[in-house]
Amino acid sequence: MLGVFVCQCGTNIAATVSTDRVVQAAKSMLGVVHAESIQYTCSDPGQRAIIDAIQQKGLTRVVMAGCSPRMHETTFRRAIGRAGMNPFMLEMVNIREQCSWIHSDIDEATEKAIDLVRKGVARVRRQKPLQAGSSPVTRRALVIGGGVAGIQAALDIADAGIPVTLVEKSSTIGGNMARLDKTFPSLDCSSCILTPRMVEVKQHENIKLMVNSEVEKVRGYIGNFEIDIRKKASCVIEENCTGCLICQEKCPSKAPDDFNVCAGESKAISIPFSQAVPLVASLRKEYCRLFIKGKCSVCQKVCPAGAIDYEQEDIVVTEKFGAVVVATGFGLYDWKQSYPTYGMGMYPDVINALKYERLLSASGPTGGRIERPSDGKEPRDIVFISCIGSRDESVGRPQCCSIGCMYMAKQAILTKEHIPDSQSYIFYIDVRAAGKGYDEFTRRAQTDFGAIYIRGRVGKIYPRGGKLVVMGTDTLAGDQVEIEADLVVLATGLTPAEGAGQLARRLNISTDGQGFMAEGHPKLKPVETNTGGVFLAGACQGPKDIPASVAQAGAAAAKVIGLLSQEELETSPMVAEVNQLKCAGCFKCRDVCPYGAVEAQDARDGQVAHVIASLCQGCGLCNVACPPGVISLKGYTDNQLIAEVVEVLR
Amino acid sequence: MPKTEVKIIGFLCNWCSYAGADMAGTARMKQPASLRVVRLPCTGRVNPLLVLKAFREGADGVLVSGCHPGDCHYNEGNYYARRRMEVLERMLPALGIDPARFHYTWVSASEGAKWADVVNEFTRRVKQVI
Repeated sequence: MLGVFVCQCGTNIAATVSTDRVVQAAKSMLGVVHAESIQYTCSDPGQRAIIDAIQQKGLTRVVMAGCSPRMHETTFRRAIGRAGMNPFMLEMVNIREQCSWIHSDIDEATEKAIDLVRKGVARVRRQKPLQAGSSPVTRRALVIGGGVAGIQAALDIADAGIPVTLVEKSSTIGGNMARLDKTFPSLDCSSCILTPRMVEVKQHENIKLMVNSEVEKVRGYIGNFEIDIRKKASCVIEENCTGCLICQEKCPSKAPDDFNVCAGESKAISIPFSQAVPLVASLRKEYCRLFIKGKCSVCQKVCPAGAIDYEQEDIVVTEKFGAVVVATGFGLYDWKQSYPTYGMGMYPDVINALKYERLLSASGPTGGRIERPSDGKEPRDIVFISCIGSRDESVGRPQCCSIGCMYMAKQAILTKEHIPDSQSYIFYIDVRAAGKGYDEFTRRAQTDFGAIYIRGRVGKIYPRGGKLVVMGTDTLAGDQVEIEADLVVLATGLTPAEGAGQLARRLNISTDGQGFMAEGHPKLKPVETNTGGVFLAGACQGPKDIPASVAQAGAAAAKVIGLLSQEELETSPMVAEVNQLKCAGCFKCRDVCPYGAVEAQDARDGQVAHVIASLCQGCGLCNVACPPGVISLKGYTDNQLIAEVVEVLR
Repeated sequence: MPKTEVKIIGFLCNWCSYAGADMAGTARMKQPASLRVVRLPCTGRVNPLLVLKAFREGADGVLVSGCHPGDCHYNEGNYYARRRMEVLERMLPALGIDPARFHYTWVSASEGAKWADVVNEFTRRVKQVI
C-alpha cells in the first residue's frame, strides 16, 4: 500500500515540473494506491493531507517527491510517524534541487521527475520497517580555539553546568581580539572588555583550559567523541610558574614577537602580553640558545619558582566529549607576493592593519606611541588601502573581509586622537558599513576626524626622500592621485587560521573555496556542520566582526547545551546486518570497517561475523567487501540499489 | 547519429557530492537533464557490479562521485571506492564498454559550481561516444 505525494513547492517545482503528469504516472506504478500533488507538503495543511491519506487509505509506504532529503527528510519521517507508520518507510525523491531548479524544459524535467519517482517507488517497496536505536551521551564539551568566540562558547556552556575543555594552540587565550586597541563602533577598549572574560575562563570551575595544545585525532560520533589532544612541551611547569617575567628579562635569545605582529622583538622564553591567561611563560625551542647551541640555561638559573624543565615532553591526553565547538578564528592574507607594486614587503613602512593596531595600543611595543617601523618617527600623513586580498578576483580572492571598512575608519579616528595634526587618507572600493551604528561611525571618521576618503585602488607605492609615494586613482573625480605618505596601512583580507584545514579534515567537516569551514545550511543551520555534534563559532566559518562572532558562539553554545541535556541520542537504524546462516566467516567486513563494529561470534561450525549496532555508522563498506553479499546495510541493501538502477532506466 | 539526450546514472555519497549537487541546484546552475542520481551513504558503498548493472540496463553513462580523498565522512570509505573504481575503469574495455562512458570524481559539499561543470562535461563526453 504505497502513497506518492508530489510537492509543488509553490512554483519552485511546479513551474518546471508538471506535477499533475508526475501524479498520473505514479498512479500506474506497481504498488501505488494513492498519488496526489500538494502545494506545500511541508506546511501544516500539507502534512495534515499526508497524514489523512495514510490513515484513510491505510498506506504502509510513502514516496515524497519534493525538495532534497537533506532538507526535509526528518520533517516527513516525523509526519508519517504521527500517522502511525514506521518513520523509515519513507523515500524522499529530490525533484527540486536536482531537477526543477536546474532544468528549464518542462518536458525534460517532468520526464526526469517521473523516472526519479519510479526509482523511489522501487526502493521503498523493498524497504523494511526499522527501529531507531539509542546511545548514551557524554556530558562534556570541547571548544577548540581560545579567541573571543571560543571564550564566549566555553563560558556559556560552562555556565549551564556542563564541563568544558578549552583547547588553545598558543600559550594564551585571547586570540586576535587581544591584539586590538579599540573596537568599532563604540571605541570600547578591547582589553578592558576581553580580559575579564579571559580571567573568568581560567577561574570557572567547569572549564579546563589547555594552552599550547592541539587536537590531534578524533574518533567517535555525535554524543560520543573520543579525542586525542596533544599538549606541546613548553619547557615550563605551568603550576609552578608565577608569571614574574624574570626569565624573559634575562633570556639572551631574541625571537620574533608574534603577538605584536613583529612590531617589536621578543625572547625565546616569554609571555606574549601582560594580561595573558594563563600568565605562564613558554619557551620556543627553535629560538633558544640552549637548544640551538647546547649551552645557556639562564632561565632555569634565574627562575625563582623552579618552573623551568628542559626535559619536558609533549603529552597526549585522550578525553571523551559529547559535542565540539570549533572556534579557530582567522589569519591574515599574506599580501606580499600578490601585490608586487606595493614593494613585496621591502618597504618597512608598508604594514598590515593588525601591526598598526599594535602600534596604536598602549600595551603594544611602543606603549601606544605611533612610530614608523623604518626610523621610529611619528608619521603625519597616513594612507589606508582597503581590500588587499579581498574583493579582488585578480588574486583569486573575491570575498569581502567584512571588517576592513570599519577598522580603517576606527584606525583613522584613533590616529587623529594620537596625533592631532595627522592626516589620514583612505582608499576604498565601497564603504560597507551595514551594522548597527556602523555607517554613522564611518561618517564620523570623515566629519569629526577629517579622514579623506578616496574611491579607487592604489596602483603603485614607491619610496622617495624618506617618504612613500602612493599613486592611485580617484574614480569619482576621474583623476590620478599621488600622496606622499609617511606610513601605509593595508587592510588585508581574512583567511582561515593556520592549520584550520587539517583540523576540519580531522573533524570531518567540509570547507569552502577559501578554506573557511562550511556550515550545515547557509540559512537554517548557521552554526551546525554536516558532522553531527560539531558546531562552528566565529571567523573560522567566514570573516566576521566581534559582535557576530560572539553571537554565533552563543548560538553554538545553545546547540551544545541542547544536545548535551539529553541523556540518550537516537541513532540511525541504517546499520549493517549479517545473515549469519550464510556467513562463511572470512571477516573481510571486519577488515574494512573503519569503526571496529564487526566482531566474531561463535556459531555451530566456526565463527561468523556480527555487527555491533551501536558502533556501526552505516557507511556500507562491508556490504561491498563481503564476497557472498550476506552482510547488508539496512536501508541501502543490494536489492534496493539494483531496483533503483533498473527502474530508473526502464 | 548522436543521441540528443542521454541517460546517466550518478552514484553520489550523501555527505559531499549529493550536498554539492543540492548546492548547485539551490544556486540554479543549469545542467542537462541527463543525470539520475542514486543517493548512497558513501562511495565505499558502490559495488563495481552495480556500475556494470547500470550499463547492462542501458545507462549511457555512469558517474560516481564522493568526498575528496582525505575528507571522507567515514574516514576511509572513498579510498576503497577510488581503488575499486580505478580497477573497474581499466576493466571496461575488456567488457566492451567505452571507458569514456564511466567517470569517477570528487566533489565536496561546497563545490556546487564544480558539480555543475562535472555534469555538463560528462554529459558532453558521453554524447560524443554514444
